[in-house]
Amino acid sequence: MEHRPITAESDTREHLVVIGNGMAGCRAVEELLARDPSRFRITIFGAEPRVNYNRIMLSPVLAGEKEFGDIIINDADWYASNAIALVAGDPVVAIDRAARTVTTRSGLVERYDRLLIATGSDPFIIPVPGKDLPGVIAFRDMDDVNAMLAAADAGKKKGGGAAVVIGGGLLGLEAAHGLSLRGMKVTVLHLMPTLMERQLDEAAGWLLKQALEARGQTILTGADTAEIVGEMKVEGVKLKDGTLIPADLVVMAVGIRPSTQLARDAGLAVGRGIQVDDHMVTSDPAVLAVGECVEHDGQVYGLVAPLWDMCRSLADGLVDKPTGYRGSVTSTKLKVSGIDVFSAGDFSGGDECEDIVLRDASRGVYKRVVLRDDRVVGAVLYGDTADGNWYFDLLKTQEDVSALRDILIFGQAFASGGGRADPKAAVAALSDDAEICGCNGVTKGQVVSSIAKGAHSLDAVRSSCKASASCGSCTGLVETLLALTLGDEVRSGPKTLCKCTSFGHDDVRREIIAQGMRSIPEVMQKLHWATPDGCSSCRPALNYYLLCALPGEYQDDQQSRFVNERLHANIQKDGTYSVVPRMWGGITSPAELRAIADVVEKFNAPMVKVTGGQRLDIFGIKKEDLPAVWADLNAAGMVSGHAYGKALRTVKTCVGSEWCRFGTQDSTGLGVKIERMSWGSWMPHKFKIAVSGCPRNCAEATIKDFGIVCVDSGYELHVGGNGGIHVRATDLLCKVGSEQEAMDYCAAFIQLYREEAGYLERTAPWIERVGLDYVKARIVEDDAGREALRARFLVSQSFSQGDPWAQRAEGAEAEHHAPMARFTPQEELA
Amino acid sequence: MSTAEWLDIGWVDQIPVRGSRTVQVEGGDDIALFRTAEGKIFALRDRCPHKHGRLSQGIVHGGAVACPLHNWRISLATGEALGDDRGCTPTVPVKIDGGRVLLCRASTLMAAA
Repeated sequence: MEHRPITAESDTREHLVVIGNGMAGCRAVEELLARDPSRFRITIFGAEPRVNYNRIMLSPVLAGEKEFGDIIINDADWYASNAIALVAGDPVVAIDRAARTVTTRSGLVERYDRLLIATGSDPFIIPVPGKDLPGVIAFRDMDDVNAMLAAADAGKKKGGGAAVVIGGGLLGLEAAHGLSLRGMKVTVLHLMPTLMERQLDEAAGWLLKQALEARGQTILTGADTAEIVGEMKVEGVKLKDGTLIPADLVVMAVGIRPSTQLARDAGLAVGRGIQVDDHMVTSDPAVLAVGECVEHDGQVYGLVAPLWDMCRSLADGLVDKPTGYRGSVTSTKLKVSGIDVFSAGDFSGGDECEDIVLRDASRGVYKRVVLRDDRVVGAVLYGDTADGNWYFDLLKTQEDVSALRDILIFGQAFASGGGRADPKAAVAALSDDAEICGCNGVTKGQVVSSIAKGAHSLDAVRSSCKASASCGSCTGLVETLLALTLGDEVRSGPKTLCKCTSFGHDDVRREIIAQGMRSIPEVMQKLHWATPDGCSSCRPALNYYLLCALPGEYQDDQQSRFVNERLHANIQKDGTYSVVPRMWGGITSPAELRAIADVVEKFNAPMVKVTGGQRLDIFGIKKEDLPAVWADLNAAGMVSGHAYGKALRTVKTCVGSEWCRFGTQDSTGLGVKIERMSWGSWMPHKFKIAVSGCPRNCAEATIKDFGIVCVDSGYELHVGGNGGIHVRATDLLCKVGSEQEAMDYCAAFIQLYREEAGYLERTAPWIERVGLDYVKARIVEDDAGREALRARFLVSQSFSQGDPWAQRAEGAEAEHHAPMARFTPQEELA
Repeated sequence: MSTAEWLDIGWVDQIPVRGSRTVQVEGGDDIALFRTAEGKIFALRDRCPHKHGRLSQGIVHGGAVACPLHNWRISLATGEALGDDRGCTPTVPVKIDGGRVLLCRASTLMAAA
């Protein structure tokens, strides 16, 4: 993890050396590059052996909602493409201001013209006996997270580990939440009487404590740690009142303090932090400092938001258009999923302050807004934090709210004209300085300007200004801004999945994988579904997306399937069902025909019809009779034809070289092989295949989702055809020389469609949307990619080729078929 | 136990959550029993007011069921079609007693008729 410094002697630019490869150091560099990309030659020193990542997203990593890769802000390409030399894993240990050099632990000496100190802060370790025992860690960097994950794993192996988190502030509670989700029994020790007392008042702190205890954590307030006990490693924590709490892991999260040792040793002015002026310049004009390590105007900050302001001021100052930093007002959100807590400003109260409070005990909502001289000075929200941004904006702008006072507590929608006011109006009313994305410090003005510069989709906004690119909780705000800025244009963007969500199909699929979601309720919770359990549009879609993402692991939700897929037959207008057994490649036999004829007679099926897909459809079967019908068909060797499913339907064939005088290849044989490979797979929509033995194309392969036309020299592969409402002929994907290749390409194509098309999107509109070139690039031009797709399809198939009819015929899920009771008015209940 | 007023149909747990079961009534339409995600039980004639689709085969979401034939949404509490569609299917009073589902006998006969 070391990018050697570029000691280019020919490079005569000023050399900017940055100590600290964290959020502040890299953000400052980003701000400088945005103003003048070529002004400085830049070298960054980082203590951790990693690229720049988003430290505040460590909590979701610990909780299993994100992976390290998801929280990288700038990857190795960023350093390379901006010619930044990164020395990672070799911390700077000394600064020589006279010689203008820094020295690293390994002895590397680098000269600077300007030095930027962004060393952040150090976790505060309370000086109790046992604090140095193995198993006592802080919660500051990725190594700490890895240590916690290892402890949780070790705990699991012995049937449950125990962790003690010392500190019930933001960081401690996020650590406790993550460890608890990872299966550890967690006790939180907090010295003060209420949790998060710096951000929450007593009432909200109490609500929070109740909620965490309901999730199985033990919260001890007023708990004063006496010592950490253990022989070779930590074994428990002893409190001053004598209580002993066993623990395999102790996380110290009592606070942080500015990391100032380097600066102090170098003789810079240091108070609580490294003292800087409004342009982030220290007592030495060649040395700047930014982030949590600094003290500005007597203030030090331990939150992320001030950092963005500081970095802007620093960059403005360095490129000679000084603006000056004026301090920050901060707000806090707790990143514990399902618990919404927000606080901002000063809520300690006082004689000149007035409180407006709203409580809704049954919903667990508590809101408190603190006013002074008709201006908002603080806000605490618990349970419903939707108006947090609005109160924070009022607080920062110091707007006179006397006109709103009576309705202020009911939130912005109400204040701007009625409880059901247009939510867009609320976002439109935010000032340009209002923060939209707390994770990446992006204001409304910046989002709007990104959109104006051409970022016309959520993804484009995410990649241009990073708003909504981290935890995603501001996605709705960003989408509203897109709608407000682009007006009708935005409607041409991806549609939302349904009215229950503001996310589109692609967003949902991506987040399911990115966050490792495993169930429909989890998706609805994490993606802020607007309805309690979805609707008949989104539930089948989510069920499919999870099934596709987690083959073999996901437990199919039958109640989220359309009736046909739940009953494995096609519902007809009179409430009876039709049954289509599979006929491989359209080939049948006397035994199969006899069995079908017997079923038709035995169950009085009023009609049997030859389908367009070369098989027989038995009509008029009652729901109760389905298992018996299937048992009879199974006995003759037939399985479900999936004529009812968003699944592989038929593989239609013509007779090919075996019989036909024009046939060039064994089209029936290939069709059977392909059907054996692909039957049973669930898809975004129905999927039809055909194999024609010559270009006369008797199997109509060029209106199928995947069609093969055999020619003398091989096999033409066609994709994206449809014979439905809008007839669409296939596009030629490519030509291959062997049956095996034809099958491999088919499997890869199916998997690409399965993974990337939206639910209920046939291949034809999908290909028109993504373009044939894209499909060719993935299937034809990328050999390794094609092979990986094929392999994923086969893995998925290994779980999906059980005949659902056989399972039902054996009595599985009988409740789908039998009535719960029978009632004969003259007699009694049967 | 059934009484003159109430028919004992079975255990609540026999109805899948967000699912449905039916009661066959001789000489009439089935009655569909629904169990919502919140655990509430409702009973309706198993017949959509639109084209007579079997509501018991639909997807249950919130307090409604989507008819399997044409996706009309029917309120489980009132039997009324929701949204822009107009129509109503009869409801049957249900009560739960000791985990047993009881259907109002008179309403069952009327709804099924």
